[in-house]
Amino acid sequence: MSSPQYIEERPFKVIVAKIGLDGHDRGAKVIARALKDAGFEVVYTGIRQTPEQVARAAVEEDADVIGISILSGAHIHHIQRLMEKLKEMGADDIPVVVGGTIPVIDVDKLKELGVKDVFLPGESLRRITDVIRTLAEERRRKVRLL
Amino acid sequence: MGELYNKDEVEKIRKHIDKWESDVVPQWLKRVPERSNNFTTLSGIPIKRVYTPADLNNFDYEEKLGLPGEYPFTRGIHATMYRARLWTMRMFSGYGGPEETNRRLKFLIEHGETGLSLAFDYPTLVGVDPDDPMAEGEVGIVGVSVPTVVDMEVVFNGIDMGSVTTNMTINPPAPVLLSFYVAVAEKQGVPYNKIGGTTQNDPLKEFIAQKSYVFPPEPAVKVAMDLIEWSVKNLPLWNPISISGYHIREAGATAVQELAFTLADGIEYVRQLKARGLDVDEFAPRLSFFFDAHINFFEETAKFRAARRMWAKIMRDWFGAKKPRSWWLRFHTQTAGVSLTAQQPWNNIVRTAIEALAAVLGGTQSLHTNSFDEPFRVPSEFAAKIALRTQQIIAYETGVADTIDPLAGSYYVEWLTDQIEEEAWKYIDRIERMGGMLEAVKKGFPQREVADAAYRFQKDVEDGRRFIVGVNIFVENEVEDIRKVPLLEFDQKGIEERQRKRIAQVRSSRDQQRWSRALDELRKAAERGDNIMPYVLQAVKAYATLGEIMNTLKEVYGTYVEPPIY
Repeated sequence: MSSPQYIEERPFKVIVAKIGLDGHDRGAKVIARALKDAGFEVVYTGIRQTPEQVARAAVEEDADVIGISILSGAHIHHIQRLMEKLKEMGADDIPVVVGGTIPVIDVDKLKELGVKDVFLPGESLRRITDVIRTLAEERRRKVRLL
Repeated sequence: MGELYNKDEVEKIRKHIDKWESDVVPQWLKRVPERSNNFTTLSGIPIKRVYTPADLNNFDYEEKLGLPGEYPFTRGIHATMYRARLWTMRMFSGYGGPEETNRRLKFLIEHGETGLSLAFDYPTLVGVDPDDPMAEGEVGIVGVSVPTVVDMEVVFNGIDMGSVTTNMTINPPAPVLLSFYVAVAEKQGVPYNKIGGTTQNDPLKEFIAQKSYVFPPEPAVKVAMDLIEWSVKNLPLWNPISISGYHIREAGATAVQELAFTLADGIEYVRQLKARGLDVDEFAPRLSFFFDAHINFFEETAKFRAARRMWAKIMRDWFGAKKPRSWWLRFHTQTAGVSLTAQQPWNNIVRTAIEALAAVLGGTQSLHTNSFDEPFRVPSEFAAKIALRTQQIIAYETGVADTIDPLAGSYYVEWLTDQIEEEAWKYIDRIERMGGMLEAVKKGFPQREVADAAYRFQKDVEDGRRFIVGVNIFVENEVEDIRKVPLLEFDQKGIEERQRKRIAQVRSSRDQQRWSRALDELRKAAERGDNIMPYVLQAVKAYATLGEIMNTLKEVYGTYVEPPIY
């Protein structure tokens, strides 16, 4: 309510993407819908995206947040690539969050790679949308300050 | 005719219930209200306070149940069921390379598993070689990497393929993996009529749920039917398809949707095979099914019973199958992966046991029990052994396998079986009106239904209408405990490297002329619309790799890109 107007002049835009070969899209689709219901603009990329495709989509769509769902166990590998691609494209200011079947021991590794938050199985939709909203607001503030 | 309860008796019971609801129940409710004013099954079927013969109106025993081994098979497909032979304990397993998986298979056999089931890694599932850029970082993680016939040989090193049956959870590349299997069995000296097992080979549910599709729907179905036709004629013991509700359920469907969509898939396949000029009694006995056993205990058992009754009717009355074997719905069951929680993961052992019990009481032919550590990773030996032991305890200690279909006659279970059947027929009707499941899938109908159900479920959990222990009730702050779960560790990078080296070796040591001729002949056969199976087998024997064969087919059939439905 107290956000400056420029922050909410258009709805926050989130890319929801699945990287790698895994087809478990239940979570990604539920999150995409929850975000839409919460007023976000959502671009769902579908499955089997490469890190490069996702980074490009985020840049082209001028996304406020990137949400990645991975249930294949290949999260470290793919997120590392995604972060590299975002950097290459000068888009590493777009915050990245990750969800999926991720062992607790990998949470710190993902955060070291620059991931802002990691959602483990059983996470509530409310917390996920709250975190994404906060990250989107922060980014818009920063972009405005530049 | 032949109603189980006579009308006067039922009328008496009805009056009694009315009196009980108006005189007795309110006094109890005044003292302690019920825990909910809207009890439903996990699928949303409303549940009454109590069930009586009055709920089984016009219940004709012979028509609805009969006896085990007899139409409509509600009570089981065999006359003796588990009194003669227990269900097959078939643990879905595989990780790393063929060496690691060979060790895991032997470990499970040694501990009493009675059938094999291979889990493949993602590159194998979608038909990509380990040295393809798309495979980077994914080789061997969720299953075993098997890109060549040489890898399959290592998987079965020291395992007699003539005396075990093997399920392979593989879909678009099923013709390739079956060819690997057949080629290795042949090398072991096993004749075709002794090769037993299952290829999942169910393309429609790939578009609905599992999403390891490669080709667009029509060629995908064509390829699957090729495999079935070839297998029926060449491998008498093979189950060429496992028509699967499991993935549909795991993607969020209700029990009713799982059942209805699976049977509708089956109906589509029967039509496709008949259209090829095959006699229904030639292939129907080889069709098999695969369902989920979720946590809502009675609903699951009722679902399995309804499934058998419905399929028997479909095969006998719709398709005119004559052999009783053609009316059987034989099925594998897996406990519900989605019911497992990352929170307090040890509780998953209990969930799996309850789900496995529902599958056994539902008359499953084979069973996989999930391991408690699967919310995190492919199971460790320790966890997989507990899951196997769970089945063995049910089989050898509880006594539930000693009489057939012991839940029959429960007013609730019979009512629920009828209810699920009735709701499932409604869905099947709708799909029929769309022109069958292939058309329904192209329209995105089942995809949308499943996505809606998944969202509804999540909202229910979110809003506290559904409880999950450790997730939204009896929650603990236990990050440190979860860290202590001993997860399976293996050198994924090293295995990926080894798999790349092996495939490079296969590529450089094969007869290049024979290899390129085989792929060329495969391409031409696919273009002509011939059955591709003999050509795939020929290419496999010429050491063509999984990716090479799939790429050849992709050139002819194209690839599928899914419209986003959520």
